[in-house]
Amino acid sequence: MTVAALDTGLSAVPTEFARGRGGGGPASTRTVVAYGFWIFLLSDFILFAGLFAAHAVLSGNTAGGPTGAELFNLRNVFIETMCLLFSSYTCGLGALSAERRQPRRFLIFAALTLVLGAAFLIIESTEFAGMVSKGAGPSRSAFLSAFFTLVGTHGVHVTGGLLWLIYMVAQVVAKGLRPHVLRRLLCWSLFWHALDIVWVGVFTLVYLMGAR
Amino acid sequence: MLGRLSWAAIPLDQPLPLYAMGAVGIVILIVLGIVTVKGWWPYLWREWITSVDHKRIGVMYVILGLVMLLRGYSDAIMMRTQQAIAIGDAQGYLPPDHYDQIFSAHGTIMIFFVAMPLVIGLMNFVVPLQLGVRDVAFPTLNSVSFWLTASGALLVNVSLVIGSFSRASWWGYPPLSELAFSPDEGVDYYLWPLQISGIGTLLTGVNFVTTILKLRAPGMLYFRMPVFCWTALAANMLIVAAFPVLTATFAMLLLDRYLGMHFFTNEAGGNQMMYANLFWAWGHPEVYILVLPAFGVFSEVAATFSGKGLFSYRSMVLATLGICILAFMVWLHHFFTMGAGADVNAVFGIMSSIIAVPTGAKVFNWLFTLFRGRILFTTPVLFLIGFMITFVLGGLTGVLLAVPPVDFVLHNSAFLVAHFHHVIIGGVVFGALAGINYWFPKAFGFTLDEWWGKASFWCWLIGFYLAFMPLYVLGLMGMTRRLQHIPDPSWRPLLLVAELGAIVVFLAILCQIVQLYVSIRTRDQRRDLTGDPWNGRTLEWSTSSPPPAYNFAVLPRVETIDAFSEVKRKGLSAVEEVYEAIEMPRNSPIGFIIAFFATFTGFALIWHIWWIVILGLLAAAVTVLVIGWSENRQHEISANEMAHIEQARLGLGRPA
Repeated sequence: MTVAALDTGLSAVPTEFARGRGGGGPASTRTVVAYGFWIFLLSDFILFAGLFAAHAVLSGNTAGGPTGAELFNLRNVFIETMCLLFSSYTCGLGALSAERRQPRRFLIFAALTLVLGAAFLIIESTEFAGMVSKGAGPSRSAFLSAFFTLVGTHGVHVTGGLLWLIYMVAQVVAKGLRPHVLRRLLCWSLFWHALDIVWVGVFTLVYLMGAR
Repeated sequence: MLGRLSWAAIPLDQPLPLYAMGAVGIVILIVLGIVTVKGWWPYLWREWITSVDHKRIGVMYVILGLVMLLRGYSDAIMMRTQQAIAIGDAQGYLPPDHYDQIFSAHGTIMIFFVAMPLVIGLMNFVVPLQLGVRDVAFPTLNSVSFWLTASGALLVNVSLVIGSFSRASWWGYPPLSELAFSPDEGVDYYLWPLQISGIGTLLTGVNFVTTILKLRAPGMLYFRMPVFCWTALAANMLIVAAFPVLTATFAMLLLDRYLGMHFFTNEAGGNQMMYANLFWAWGHPEVYILVLPAFGVFSEVAATFSGKGLFSYRSMVLATLGICILAFMVWLHHFFTMGAGADVNAVFGIMSSIIAVPTGAKVFNWLFTLFRGRILFTTPVLFLIGFMITFVLGGLTGVLLAVPPVDFVLHNSAFLVAHFHHVIIGGVVFGALAGINYWFPKAFGFTLDEWWGKASFWCWLIGFYLAFMPLYVLGLMGMTRRLQHIPDPSWRPLLLVAELGAIVVFLAILCQIVQLYVSIRTRDQRRDLTGDPWNGRTLEWSTSSPPPAYNFAVLPRVETIDAFSEVKRKGLSAVEEVYEAIEMPRNSPIGFIIAFFATFTGFALIWHIWWIVILGLLAAAVTVLVIGWSENRQHEISANEMAHIEQARLGLGRPA
């Protein structure tokens, strides 16, 4: 029994089994990489789901400490949210420019994304620092533990996303928009949009509902 | 400089672990010495440590699982012996603190570093071959996964010599696992290794879901995939959906312990019940992550050795996916007694009983596959039959425990211990051993010795029943789990039977070692020259044993379920093959390097040695940057080269 015989033993695949119905053979590298990264992002959502669940359980357990209504400044959170949402828009424009092989346009949008992301992080860290200085740090109560962990984990993701973006800009400058760079850019933009989705949850469940 | 680490961490006052570690250390030194003297390091580095070949990685996973089985078993026999002698006035030989570490380590190691590596190893080796492709979706990542798992296993074992392990059992319930009640490094020795290996497992899940859904041979529609691939898909989807919950939960406990937060503490509004919920929201799917691939192995074994296709393939697939979903709806049955209320308990009790339905359907699938088949009673088939009887009985005690009022009586008793060993040994261990016996010739090119394999099976079966049936009775008599000292002398006879069972299980492990030894010694008589020693039905048997690095010179084309048996049925004609150049992933030390740094970082985190933590994280970051920059990790095998390899390979004893 040989591989050769196996190949002749099975005749050619009918066209109805073309790609898309699962019978067309291995998918392209680009599809595989993006798909795999999506699966990873799903797992990341589940990590956040765990943190959201903890926040939901503990949000009332302030142990005599400050509540969300006393701590949150919704005006700042709104500006922060706008920064992040617009950064996703510029990220999308940057991804389109990259797909069209327009490196200069890509770099402009990447810079805008970077600025907006950094603004988000500055507002968030100012908020955190203000809370800690008021004695409302993560070890004050179970509610604050859950708050800092959930929002902080998102912040760590944003930081990682920005560092990744800087690294991708360096690669675009050094190597140009080659296929493997484009694949990584695709993963990065998926990552950046995913952080937006998580933030919509944070904004609604933590801030809007918590500030009441 | 060294954080909390000092000479006090070496247990000089406890001779037992020191002797054990001395013995293990001598064995390791001898092995390393032989490897060095024989000059095998370059070979090991080139062909195994840096390999990104899914087959090599699969074999390494299985070896890791088997080695850790010895460690987990040593814990088991120590506990059994303690319970058999520490009765009434006798205090036994294990002080309570040591005993608590042993049962915690036993559970942790058996689940995370025996069962998981065994099933992930089998999936690694088999899935790409069955799908008719050349490797997994992300081969380098696969190597990272393996080495992170190995890193976790190493760190858990370091706790034997340096410091002590957790006393808070394998699930580490707070508040016992909180800093207030476990102030030393024990719980950290539990949490950090599991975080490290958990990342590895999660990456495996991502890798295999992508592989199975996106990389299949031409014509391999979903409903033409071998059942083992379906069960692997279900298990890996469960990994992706469940392991992040464990990571998040452990992260919260770590934040409590390291940064003084209050997720699960007694003070400041912490909630311990949330830990139980989150832990088992991962923990119950984990049970199916382990047992579904075992079901897959048995499906392949049943079809192959009864010489006919699996009975009702579609119902088997649907049952697998049904279990995959139901697995997330039963977690609360692990803590009925916590007080969620009668209504909640009733819902979860009913769900837990319902999950037995698809499982029962599967048992009928296997039975009807065997029915009127020409069954060959090989070692894997013995494990299949042993599994069906054992697993059905174990499942029935599970349905019993799923009834909340019954659970209130039996919760935390020896009855429960008997139940989950019943399904895990009868299901996962038997499945893994059947799989190892079944696919060994594919991996190494020669079959395993049948006599010793069967001896091992009988010892496993008899040993298991002797060891665990008494525990059911003891549980009903009122014996709770984790007793370091037995207050009631009337339990002695049953505990002695259980001890005898553990010894018979030792004979089973011994038989397996002898089986390996004998098979390797007589490998020249037991070579598998056809690549198809069992008259197999799926594509892995269509390539040579062992397969070349690229698995298939030309990707097979698939028209039906059981693609290979269809080819054989239609008859074969060997013709000159046209080879094309292919790209294969290049070997990479990245997995080993990342795990190397992860081990040091993990160790430093456990002992609060912050400068090593920072160095380790920096090194890991640099590694990631280097990977993130590199471009081409492929190397090309030209058509000429391929023709050369194929001719050499096919010429070797294969009738042309």
